[in-house]
Amino acid sequence: MKIDVRVIGRVLVVGIFGELDLNTAPSFRDAVEEQLDSNPDINDILLIMRDVTFIDSSGLGVILGRYKRQRPHGGNVIVAAPSPQARKALELSGLAGIIPICDTEDEAWAKAVGV
Amino acid sequence: MSIKNYVTLEFPAVPENVEFARTAVACFASQINSFTLEEIDDIKLVVSEAISNTVLHSYGVSGGIVRLSAVRNDDTLCVTIEDFGKGIADVEQAKEPAFTTDPDRMGMGFTIMEALSDELRVSSVPGEGVKVEIRKSPHGTAKDSDEPEV
Repeated sequence: MKIDVRVIGRVLVVGIFGELDLNTAPSFRDAVEEQLDSNPDINDILLIMRDVTFIDSSGLGVILGRYKRQRPHGGNVIVAAPSPQARKALELSGLAGIIPICDTEDEAWAKAVGV
Repeated sequence: MSIKNYVTLEFPAVPENVEFARTAVACFASQINSFTLEEIDDIKLVVSEAISNTVLHSYGVSGGIVRLSAVRNDDTLCVTIEDFGKGIADVEQAKEPAFTTDPDRMGMGFTIMEALSDELRVSSVPGEGVKVEIRKSPHGTAKDSDEPEV
C-alpha cells in the first residue's frame, strides 16, 4: 500500500494505492493523523480511492475514525472515484450512507471546496 | 457431493498473514471457473474479515495459530478458519453490527461476512477457540446441506 498526501488550502488530499487491511491500515492512519496534527486548518479530507485494489473493515475503520475526528469541527471525509471493490465495501459497511462518495475527483473537489 | 480438491494451512495469527490468507483462498477458489471476478473479490473480503478477527481478538500478546482449510466440492467452496484462543462468550452479540469499543474499528466484520457468503457459521467454546465456516457457490447456487463438507 502506498499513499500520496497533499494539503491544498484547507483540504487534505490523500491518494491511496494498493490494499488496505489490518496490516496496512495503521500506516494510512498515521500518515493522515500526522497531517491533521501539523495542519490544524485542514477541514475536509478527500480520499482518492481509484487505485485501491482491496479494502476491508480495517481500512474502512480508519476512514470512519477520521470522519469522527473532523466532523465536530464541521469538516468531512469525501471519497472520490472508488474502485468497484472499494465501493462495494463502502456500501456493505454502511459507510456510504455517512460520507459522500463521488464518481470523479472533480466532483469530490467541488464538494470539498463548496463549489 | 465429492471433494474435488482441498488445501489446509496453518500460520501465526499476525497482521502480515491476513493478505496471505485471502490471496491463497482466492487462488484456490479460482479453480472453480464459474466464479466471477466479483465473487472472488467477495471471497477475499470474507476471508480477510475472518482472519482479521482472529488476529485482533483470539490471542493475547503470546499469539497463536490460525488453521485455514479450503475445500472444493463440485462447484461449492467451503472455507473453515479456526483458532485455539480465548473464544467468544456470546457469538450472537459479537455478530451484531458495530459491536466494538475501538473508534478506528467498524464493528461490521460479521455483517460483511454474512452479506457475501451463501452460508456463514460461527461457533465457539470459551477458552478453546473459534471456528468460522463459510460456504459460497457461483451466483449463489449453493446446495442445501446440514454441514459444510470439510
